[in-house]
Amino acid sequence: MSNPLADMDKPDVIFCIGTNMTECHPVAATALKRALARGAKMIVADPRRIGLADLADVYLPIRVGSDAALLLAMAHVIQRDGLTHPEFIASRTTDSEAFLEHVKDFPPEWAETITEVPAADIERAARIYGEADKGAIYYTLGITEHICGVDNVQSLCNLALMTGNIGREGTGINPMRGQNNIQGAGDGGALPNNYPGFQPVTDPANQEKFKKAWGREVDLENGMTKVRALELCGDRIRAMIINGENTLLSDPDRKHCEHALKSLDLLVVIDIFMTDTAELADVVFPATAFGETDGVCSNTERRVQRLRAAVPPAGEAKPDWWIISQIARRLGVPGFEYESAKEVFNELCSLSPIYAGLDWDRIEHGEYQWPVPHKDHPGTPILHQGEFKNGRGIFKLIKYRDPAETISEEFPVWLTTGRRLASYHTRTQTGRSAGIDYLLSEESLEVHPDDVREWGLVEGGVCQLTSPRGSVEIKVKATNRSPRGTVFASFSFSDVPINALTGSGYDPETDTAELKVCIVKIEPCERVISPRNSS
Amino acid sequence: MTTLAEPTVATMTLDGEEVTFTPGETIYEVSERHQKEIPTLCYDPRLEPFGGCRLCVVELEGARAPVASCTTRVTEGMVVRTRTPAVDSYRKVLLELVASENRELDVDPLRGYASQELMTLVDRYDARSGRFAGRQSGQSRDDDDNPFILRDYDLCISCYRCVRVCAEQEGDYAISIKNRGFDTQITTEFSGLLKGSACTFCGQCIQTCPTGALADRKAMRAVDQPGKIEKTRTICPYCGVGCSVDLLTKNEKIVGIHPAMDGPANEGALCVKGQFAFDFVHHPDRLATPYVRGEDGQLHEASWDEALGRAADGFRKVVDEHGRHAVYGVASGRAPTEAAYTMQKFIRVGFGTNQIDNCSRA
Ligand code: SF4
Ligand code: SF4
Ligand code: FES
Repeated sequence: MSNPLADMDKPDVIFCIGTNMTECHPVAATALKRALARGAKMIVADPRRIGLADLADVYLPIRVGSDAALLLAMAHVIQRDGLTHPEFIASRTTDSEAFLEHVKDFPPEWAETITEVPAADIERAARIYGEADKGAIYYTLGITEHICGVDNVQSLCNLALMTGNIGREGTGINPMRGQNNIQGAGDGGALPNNYPGFQPVTDPANQEKFKKAWGREVDLENGMTKVRALELCGDRIRAMIINGENTLLSDPDRKHCEHALKSLDLLVVIDIFMTDTAELADVVFPATAFGETDGVCSNTERRVQRLRAAVPPAGEAKPDWWIISQIARRLGVPGFEYESAKEVFNELCSLSPIYAGLDWDRIEHGEYQWPVPHKDHPGTPILHQGEFKNGRGIFKLIKYRDPAETISEEFPVWLTTGRRLASYHTRTQTGRSAGIDYLLSEESLEVHPDDVREWGLVEGGVCQLTSPRGSVEIKVKATNRSPRGTVFASFSFSDVPINALTGSGYDPETDTAELKVCIVKIEPCERVISPRNSS
Repeated sequence: MTTLAEPTVATMTLDGEEVTFTPGETIYEVSERHQKEIPTLCYDPRLEPFGGCRLCVVELEGARAPVASCTTRVTEGMVVRTRTPAVDSYRKVLLELVASENRELDVDPLRGYASQELMTLVDRYDARSGRFAGRQSGQSRDDDDNPFILRDYDLCISCYRCVRVCAEQEGDYAISIKNRGFDTQITTEFSGLLKGSACTFCGQCIQTCPTGALADRKAMRAVDQPGKIEKTRTICPYCGVGCSVDLLTKNEKIVGIHPAMDGPANEGALCVKGQFAFDFVHHPDRLATPYVRGEDGQLHEASWDEALGRAADGFRKVVDEHGRHAVYGVASGRAPTEAAYTMQKFIRVGFGTNQIDNCSRA
C-alpha cells in the first residue's frame, strides 16, 4: 500500500476494484465503512455483487477481466471533462501528453461494449473520482490475477497520476496483500529478480555487495519464476524445496502441478500439516506454527511487526529458518550458524536499505513502516510524498486485451474464483479450528437464480463444472451476488479443487496466473453430496 | 513570533490543580491523562461517548447536578472535582443498583477482554451490599448454539457497548436494542440467532462487554482447567492487515485470543479468523516429526538426522547430475520473514543462482 491502514477512514472518494474487502480484509473494510459514515463516496467495480457493492454510491458490475477497458474510459472522461490535476502532472510526472492523447480513443461508449456496464455509470464513477480532493484506490488479486495484471495496475497508476491522488493522506494506490507475510517474503529477498530489500540481482554493484557479505558470487541473471519452474519440473528443474505452501490446492491447473511435482528427483516440503503437497514429497519437515515461533512479518502497509512464541512447539517441530539452515549446513554452505530468529533478522537489516534503520529490538512495538533508511528515520507511512522512487511518475499507454480464454459455445460461462470470510486460503488452518465449520462447512458454486433455472440446476443440488483443463462436482447455490452468465467458487476446500479448472494463462511480465477468469460449462448431476459432519 | 493561527493554551482546574487541555477533549479524557481513575461502564475509548450509565459523574462548579465526564467537553476555566464524598456515594449506590440486576458478578476472565470491569468497580466501591432486591434484566439466549458467542444476557447491564461497537466500529448493525428499562434486550433484527443476522462473528461485542454477558465460548472451554492465564503479544496469522493480538495461554496451550487495543494496524479490531481460528495450532494433525519416503513409496516418520541427511544427499545428487540451476526454492507468504531470508540465502549461497520465488503469484 502506498498509504497506511490508518488512512483508510480519511478519503473523500474510495475506489475499490477487484477487492472483496469485507470478506478478505475485514478489519480494513471497517475503516472504509467509517469513512462512508463520515460522508465519503465509494465506487465499487467487481463482476460479483460483493458486500462492498451494497455500500457503494456507484457499483460497476464489470465483466470478468475487463478492468483495463473500464479504467481507460474513466481516464477518458477525466481528461475530456478537465478533471486532471495539471500542476501535479507538470511537476511530478512524465509522458503525460502521449497518455492524454491516447485516452481520447476510449470513450465510455466503447468501454460499455466490453465491460457490459452502462456508459453513464462509467461517466459518473469517473467524475466522482476525478473531482475528489482525496481519492484513494484499493485493489487486490481481482486486479492482478489476470494475464493483463500489470496493465491493470498501471491503469490504476495512470488514474492516480492524472488526478494527483498520490503521496498525500487519504489518497494512494493501495494493494491489499492477501497473506499475512507475503510482503515480508519479498522484503526478505525470496524473489528471482531481487536480493533482500528489492535490490536487483542484475546490478553488478549488488552482486559485489552480496558477494562481500556472503562470500559467494551469485548469477547476474534473474532466476525463473515459480510458474516457469513448475513448467520445467522433471526437465531443467529436478529438486524443489517448498516452504509452507499448499501448491497443489492454491496454484492453477492442479493436474499439471501434481504431475510437475511428481516428476522431480527431490521434493522437500516444510510445513505444519501433511498437506496435499507434502504428501508428494520425499522429505517433509515439521515447522513451528503461529504462537510457537519468534519472528518478524510485514503487513500490507509495510509495517514490520514481531511475532512471538507463547507455547512450546508441537512435537519435534522447528522454526523454518532453523530447518533451512540445518540443510544448508549439511551441504557445507557457509553462513548458516544462526542461533535465533533475531540473528537472522538483524543480518537482513544490515543488507537491506529499506530496513537499514531497523533491528530486532527497534521493532518491538511495530511502529515502523519501511523504508526506514537509517536509525534516526521515523519510517514511511506514506510513499511517494514529494518524489517517486525513480524520480517522476510515468504514464503508460495501456490497451485492453481479452482474457486468455473467452466464452465459447462449448464453454459458455465465466468462472471467477476467490476467498471467503470464514476460511482462509486452502483451509489448512481455519479448517482445523473448532467452530469454523458452523459458518462454512462446504464449498458451493454461486449461480444467479435465473441461470439456475435456465441451466436446469437445482439449488442445493450438485452440478458438474468443466473447464478445458478439468472437471469438479460442486453444490449449487442460487444468489444474486453472481451476475447472469458468471459463476463463483473459492479454492478453499480440497474436496472441491477449483484449481483443477483454472490456469488458462499468465501475465507475461510477472507470471501471475489468471485465476480470476476461466471458461466453463455447467451440467446438472444426479449425485447428491451429503453434508459433512461439523467437527 | 506569534501568528494568529497559533492556538492559545487552554486551561481548566482539575481537583484543585490547573491543567491544560485541547479544545474538543472531554472531562473524562483530560482526567484520564492525569490518572484520575474515574469509573466508567458504558465508555469505550474507541466509541462515541454515550452517557448512559452515569457512573463517570463528576462535580462541575456552577452546574446544579453532577455531570457525566465522558460526554461533557471541557471549556476554558472549568472547575471540576472528580472525587468528593457526594460523587463517591452516588457512584456506590449506582453500582449497587447495577449489581443487583445481575445473576452473578464474578465471571471468569476468559469470558472476554473487558469482562472484569463491572466486578472490579463493584469491589472498588464496596458495592456488594445486596441492599436492593434486584429484578433481573435481560433474557439469555440459550437457544443460540453458535460456537463463538455466548449470549448470557442475564448479566447484561444495558450499557449498549456491544450494539455501538457493531455499528460504529464494524459498520455491521447486526444487533440492536429492544424495549427499555428492565425489559431491555439486546437482539438481532428478527430476534433470531446471530447466524441469521448481519453478524460476521468478529467477536468485538464480546471484547467490549463489561460484565461477561457476551462471552467467548471457545476461550471458556478452558475455564475449568487449573492454571494461570498468560498473555503474549503477536500478530494474526491470516491476512495482510496484520492485526495485533494477545494470545491467552494456560498450561502451555493457546486457549483464546484478545484483540490488542493498542495494535498499530487494528486498534483493537479483529475479524472472525483472527479472533476464533487459533486452535489449529494444537490440532492432532500437526506434523510432529520429519518424514521421509521409504523404499515402499510411502512416507514414514524419521529422525531429524535421517531426514536432513536425505534432503542434503538429494540436493547434492541433483547438482552433480543436472547442475546447480536444477534446484529451486519456494518461500512462504505465511512463514516469518526469517524463513524467506534463509530460503533465498540457501539458494543464492548454496547454488549461486536466483532460482527462488515466493507464493505471491498464485
Ligand atoms: S451485552 Fe454486554 S456490552 Fe451489550 S449491553 Fe449488555 S452489558 Fe453492555
Ligand atoms: S484478524 Fe482478520 S483482518 Fe486482522 S489480520 Fe487476521 S484475518 Fe486479517
Ligand atoms: S461512562 Fe460516562 S455515562 Fe457511562
